[in-house]
Amino acid sequence: MSTAPVVLHRRFGHTARRDAWWIQPLLVFFALSTFVVYATWAAFQGEHYTYGPYLSPFYSPEIFGGSPHSWFGARPALWPGFLTYSPALLILPIPALFRVTCYYCRGAYYKSFWADPPACTVGEPRHSYWGENSFPLVLQNVHRYLLFLSVFVLLILAFDAYAGFWFHDPDGGAPRFGIGVGSLVLTANVVLLAGYLFGCHSMRHVAGGCVDQLSRSPLGSRTYACVSCLNRRHMVWAWSSLFMVGFADLYVRLCSMGVWTDFRIL
Amino acid sequence: MPTTATFRIWRGNAQGGKFEDYATPVSEGMVVLDAVHQIQADQANDLAVRWNCKAGKCGSCSAEVNGQPRLMCMTRLNQLNLDEPVTVEPMRAFPSIKDLVTDVSWNFRVKKGIRPFKPRPPDAPDGTWRMQQADVERVQEFRKCIECFLCQDVCHVLRDHKQFDGFVGPRFLTYAAALEMHPLDEERRARELKTTHGIGYCNITKCCTKVCPESITITDNAIIPLKERVVDELYDPTVKLLRFFRRK
Ligand code: SF4
Ligand code: SF4
Ligand code: FES
Repeated sequence: MSTAPVVLHRRFGHTARRDAWWIQPLLVFFALSTFVVYATWAAFQGEHYTYGPYLSPFYSPEIFGGSPHSWFGARPALWPGFLTYSPALLILPIPALFRVTCYYCRGAYYKSFWADPPACTVGEPRHSYWGENSFPLVLQNVHRYLLFLSVFVLLILAFDAYAGFWFHDPDGGAPRFGIGVGSLVLTANVVLLAGYLFGCHSMRHVAGGCVDQLSRSPLGSRTYACVSCLNRRHMVWAWSSLFMVGFADLYVRLCSMGVWTDFRIL
Repeated sequence: MPTTATFRIWRGNAQGGKFEDYATPVSEGMVVLDAVHQIQADQANDLAVRWNCKAGKCGSCSAEVNGQPRLMCMTRLNQLNLDEPVTVEPMRAFPSIKDLVTDVSWNFRVKKGIRPFKPRPPDAPDGTWRMQQADVERVQEFRKCIECFLCQDVCHVLRDHKQFDGFVGPRFLTYAAALEMHPLDEERRARELKTTHGIGYCNITKCCTKVCPESITITDNAIIPLKERVVDELYDPTVKLLRFFRRK
């Protein structure tokens, strides 16, 4: 390839655009920052993550922990005493890294947090650029592995949502079916997360994108069509599921703290 | 709609230039290219502008209108605020020739560097092939491209970072995708996509998709699927292992 002569060099923020191009990156910046700050805080709390049959999605699966939802009992003795322990710390890195490497999210935070570019045709702050061509961002290519791990976590969250419909009577006995607002919150969370995960670009690749003759794809062309259909609104699924997972944790937390009352529909 | 509007048009060449204001009568249904032609006829006979079809199909009249990469023939004046001057400038990612005309020949050279279509042996004795509609649908979207190069102009990898030597740009990633996903094609391009075509430089910020006048979903349907194929070829140990056992 031959080099094209250098044309204009734009200063940071320089553009001939007339519209309020900065609104969208700014909204994304505030929304993502709020979520990251809340999720980090919530993950380190290590308490108020269950209420009745509900378990906060940040803490599920609870591999080691003090609540009745724990799989293998209390925190491992090997965990160094000077380190804060919270069951969320073992599991939250999977969905967190899944989102960090998500194709939609990458594009969004490169713009909002790194101004690369701040918005289309708006001048950038730095001249140097590697993109995802070399270390460190070439590591984004692990996305598909995080997808597989996240699907596993999603199955567990689906089980949690189901368990959220079975309430223990205070006087003991077998759990009885019921519907609380929390049951619906946990279910909505699973539905939105499923829409997000099953519309993932890596899922689309696995579901048929990898072959040239879709009609002969191992999973059938319908699977590819379904994933592509979800994929068209991937941004909407990403944001709605992000909001919902944060809200689900907040809901369980505030109920557990006695600030909110879980309203029983049935 | 006002009866006259001011157009702030960039006048100059590769050595430099400046914006000049032209007031011209406007009416319902006009597009930016009409106004530019009117100005050329009435006030600035030496104004250079490239155009051909006036129907959004030849891809010649690409420019930046109020800072947005657009086809001038498809930008109606009633989409713009005519109370203030409308800026019209050439595509800024490419070298200027004169006024609104830029030198886009780099694109034609880049295209030659992409491995051409290599069909599998014919399916029938008469030298023809059989294809399912479901298999060609993906590729048909990419074939709508009119080579206006607006996506190349807006892409920050070319526009701001000048990676003309290491990155082919969204137009040619779309072109590569059309070949790579073609049900008859047998060529393998994944390795080159990473090395010489620089697909890793794209940081999926989707400006190309936003400006495409043919509404091709460049980033989601062409670039990201190609990135996934590059992962198969270069980064994913499981795929390598599966291929190894399949070969055995
Ligand atoms: S998505 Fe990639 S190719 Fe398209 S404009 Fe952005 S960086 Fe360029
Ligand atoms: S992909 Fe779209 S924007 Fe890019 S050259 Fe083709 S028609 Fe123009
Ligand atoms: S004149 Fe042909 S696309 Fe505008």
